[in-house]
Amino acid sequence: MIKFQTVTKIYPFNTIALDNVSFEVQPKEFISIVGKSGSGKTTLLKLLMAEEKPTRGRIFFEDQDIHKMKKSRLPRLRRKIGTVFQDYKLLPSKTAFENIAYVMEVMGASDKEIERDVPEVLEVVGLADKANNFPLQLSGGERQRVAIARALIHRPEVILADEPTGNLDPYNTSDIIKLLLRINELGTTVILATHNKGIINSLGRRVITLENGKVVRDEEKGKFRL
Amino acid sequence: MFTAFKRVIKSGWQSFRRNGGLSVATVFIMLMVIFLITSLYLLGGVTQFLIADLEEKVDISVYFKEDSSESNILKVKDEVAKIPEVKEIEYISKEEILDRFSQRYKDNQLLMESLQELGMNPFLPSLNIKAWQASQYGSVANFLENNSLKNIIEKVDYHERKPIIEKLSQITSNVNRVGLIFSITLAIVAVLVAFNTIRLAIYNLREEISIMRLVGASNWFIRGPFIIQGAIAGLVSAVISSLIVFAVCYFLSPKLEIVIPGFHLFNYLISNYLIVILGQFAIGVILGVFSSVIAIRRYLQV
Repeated sequence: MIKFQTVTKIYPFNTIALDNVSFEVQPKEFISIVGKSGSGKTTLLKLLMAEEKPTRGRIFFEDQDIHKMKKSRLPRLRRKIGTVFQDYKLLPSKTAFENIAYVMEVMGASDKEIERDVPEVLEVVGLADKANNFPLQLSGGERQRVAIARALIHRPEVILADEPTGNLDPYNTSDIIKLLLRINELGTTVILATHNKGIINSLGRRVITLENGKVVRDEEKGKFRL
Repeated sequence: MFTAFKRVIKSGWQSFRRNGGLSVATVFIMLMVIFLITSLYLLGGVTQFLIADLEEKVDISVYFKEDSSESNILKVKDEVAKIPEVKEIEYISKEEILDRFSQRYKDNQLLMESLQELGMNPFLPSLNIKAWQASQYGSVANFLENNSLKNIIEKVDYHERKPIIEKLSQITSNVNRVGLIFSITLAIVAVLVAFNTIRLAIYNLREEISIMRLVGASNWFIRGPFIIQGAIAGLVSAVISSLIVFAVCYFLSPKLEIVIPGFHLFNYLISNYLIVILGQFAIGVILGVFSSVIAIRRYLQV
């Protein structure tokens, strides 16, 4: 479903973020990407959403080279991917409800569907009573949960989660991971970037370990080892 | 399609309301721009009136020889009337001019006495000619001097008046030119200021624009609300500026009439109200929409 083919990404001043990375993700897989900060996890996800271009190599999504796509086709690709950004990327002038509803509006969902689905997903992430708060009126953990809700609301084919539990307390963390697992069981591919040891070890799923931009381990039923 | 359009409008209105400070600032700048351009338009009206008023006062006269017959004079009159530059032509007979003279100076004993002493009508029959513009008198005079009936013409007083007429025509064309350059320069400056304000406003929102791109919004879905916001800002400024312009003109009109007799600023505004109001709305909306479209372009590259 997703294929990285000898991908290298070099940022200005010769910072090598990814070095000759190749791997493949099957549909409905739950895969974790681990590594220290600066090992290239976020870059990898950015390349997958075509937020940035690789310096060398190709990335395929459902057999399409996403960096050869026309700019006008990118929105359609991105609607198939739900992303939880490390820095949340919520729209500051929209409420929690509207932030989540925005993705559905983009997809062209009807007002009725929005009225039905958004409160439901807010309930799932435990923010039903904060629906009308603006991001600035929410705590870090609450914002992160809005970001998660936004990533799943439109039932994307793939969910990219970049440190989705970075600002959550242990209770919320295990809830969110359980949620991601449940979504995965329903057929969504999940790519989770994290450096939370506990999560990785309890998951027992495939783990790709990055170090200085290189894939150093790619194991089914991996453990957290740096 | 319709849902998307509805959402774009709703979202545009929402951000206009929520970004209150920014919207007020934008509206304020656009208000100044529209107000300035309207004032330039009205000022143009005032100058045109003054120039027309001055030109109205200029004329030339053709004096005929003592013994020329009235039919010949009227023939000249008909020919002159055919010249497209001529606006008005009036025949004044010997008797008429004497009448007018005596009327005007009936209290001036000295003049009346010397007229009596003369014992005859010293005046010549004449044609009084008004052209549309001061610069056209030259060609009218030229026509008269090369006419087949020129032997009955005593003199055309164009040459005596030439310096004044030329000066006037120079002044009017200068005023027109300077006014135009001045207006265009000011209008360009004003438009640039408004454009930059909107650009800065959108620059502040570049982060949001890239977020919208990343969650899969199409360019038009992102651009739409900004364009609507620009249009709303333009509309609001146009409404406010119309109100201000009408109020200012209403109160200024009587005072201006003291300085420029015969010019009713408010009436001038009323008789041009369609062009003024439509112009203001057009400037506001076009400025808002156009600036938004240009300013947002570079942030849609993500």
